[in-house]
Amino acid sequence: MRTLLTVFRKEVLDNVRDRRTLVSALIMGPLFGPMLFAFMINLSIERSLENAERIIELPVIGRQHAPNLVRYLHSRNIDAVDGPADRAAALDAVATGAHDVVLVIPEEFGEQFAEAAPARIELIADRSNTQADREARRVRGALHAYGQELASIRLSARGVSPLALRPLNVDDVDVSTPSGRSAILLGMMSYFLIFAMLMGGMYLAIDTTAGERERGSLEPLLALPVTRNQLLLGKIAATCVFMALSLGLSLGSFFVALKFMPLDELGMTPNFGPLTVAAAFLILAPFILLGAAVMTLVASFTKSYREAQTWLSGVLLLPTLPILIVSILTLRPRLEFMFVPSLSQHLLLIDMVKNEPLDPLHIAISAGSTLLFGGILTWICARLYRREGLLG
Amino acid sequence: MIRVEGIHKSFGKVHAVRGVSFNAPDGKITGLLGPNGAGKSTTLRVLYTVLRPDEGSASIDGADVVTQSLEARRRIGALPHGAGLYPHLTARENIAYYARLCGLESGSIDERVENIIRLLEIEDFAERRTKGFSQGQRTKVAIARSLVHDPQNIILDEPSNGLDVMATRSLRDLILKLKDAGRCVLFSSHVMQEVAALCDDICIIANGKVAIDDSADGIRERTGCDDLEDAFVEAIRMVGPA
Repeated sequence: MRTLLTVFRKEVLDNVRDRRTLVSALIMGPLFGPMLFAFMINLSIERSLENAERIIELPVIGRQHAPNLVRYLHSRNIDAVDGPADRAAALDAVATGAHDVVLVIPEEFGEQFAEAAPARIELIADRSNTQADREARRVRGALHAYGQELASIRLSARGVSPLALRPLNVDDVDVSTPSGRSAILLGMMSYFLIFAMLMGGMYLAIDTTAGERERGSLEPLLALPVTRNQLLLGKIAATCVFMALSLGLSLGSFFVALKFMPLDELGMTPNFGPLTVAAAFLILAPFILLGAAVMTLVASFTKSYREAQTWLSGVLLLPTLPILIVSILTLRPRLEFMFVPSLSQHLLLIDMVKNEPLDPLHIAISAGSTLLFGGILTWICARLYRREGLLG
Repeated sequence: MIRVEGIHKSFGKVHAVRGVSFNAPDGKITGLLGPNGAGKSTTLRVLYTVLRPDEGSASIDGADVVTQSLEARRRIGALPHGAGLYPHLTARENIAYYARLCGLESGSIDERVENIIRLLEIEDFAERRTKGFSQGQRTKVAIARSLVHDPQNIILDEPSNGLDVMATRSLRDLILKLKDAGRCVLFSSHVMQEVAALCDDICIIANGKVAIDDSADGIRERTGCDDLEDAFVEAIRMVGPA
């Protein structure tokens, strides 16, 4: 135990003085994740707010043929401006991206309109361009509403109830709660947290085998009157402490970052108070041992520091796999998912952010199975630390 | 006291050590001499227990290096070839770390570290982080750290590699001091003069086998060469190719 503590203390001191470790543990993981996250959320908030209210300038050819329509569009925040000279020029302008959408009102529009024949207008847009399609959809929606309005007026004039035009009355009912809607965006958070946690311990895990070997300090260390188990466990313990530190800092920076995000404008009120932060730490904590053991294990097979770094960047992506699969298949939390590390933490975290009650059995299985996997992998690490090939 | 009896060690198809035997008694300096790739390092690695012999046995003060490896390590101070330090720790911290790992009493560690720093004359750079140390400074700290627990047996793998004249001389003085203190010193080298100047016993290894194991005079006599370098070459020739 004393040896283990000695190794642990030395590793902590050594790495606290190592700028590379500190940057990755204290800055990269904890700050990079939340910052990227805040950036993405702000971007999507701006976009959705923008689209609803922004005034669109719509190039129209022949707007003198339909002054009422132009006035109606104006009331829907769509301002008609002079368009290209003719239809051919309009097609060209849209194809090259000079304009997103162009509305063409032919000369015979007024005539057809007066005869109550379907008056033809043309909306030119490029559907493969998502930004343009969004504008086209708004214009299309406005035109459709204008048509509906005219139809009602015409039916009333003929003594028919406009209700005849509406055999169905569809109401959209959204059952998602504001907290629930947050979960979709905040679902990414669990991955950022695990990522930051792994980053925090990455350099220590490499140092345990590949780093010590490359520096030439492994062999004299192994010639000391201590068992290799003690060395390995001391090193893994130090790795875990740095990972826990990274995780704590990441949660803290998320906590602060969320305060500055205009989430309520998106109709989201994530449950992310100080208590949730503390609970999130406890839910994710069992993953620390597993992460440390996986990284140490992978690094122990590599020949050099650089090689270890390359492989471990891949390991950083590993915990996303189950999260990704479940989000693609949109699976609901189930008991058997709680046996899968990273997935179980992700699901529990989402439920917590959604302000839904957590099943204590789920928490217990998540923690238990993750710790068990961590323990097994640590044991394998210890076995491998004893082999001769360790010296390379 | 180090005993080596018929050890063999292979790495895949390479049979690096083929039945090496020798004794390194207390109060004597034993030199393991041989060309590059002769099997010196492999033999020493077996002795400080990071490798297991395929055949044969070795013991440190009677403790078998395989079955009682922890006990054997307790009695050894080992300087592996190209031993590295922790660059973010000072020289003193590097030494103190090993002192703690060797299980010295917490109360006596500071004093012990101080003594070894004085013995190896590293006071001037003891408080500096070892990043950027010269080869000589690094070797001194590495030796200090392997001696910090005052081991009875000292195993040094090519300790004079990369050292300048002054550093080599102070290393030689240290080895002689250890001998006078009754320690068993075993070191390897590929430089004949160095071994001849220091060692009581010389064990010449070539192609994984012991070519000759005797005092310097004994080697001269048995090879019929007055010049030690010629004797060295003659001894290697006697073993023959692998």
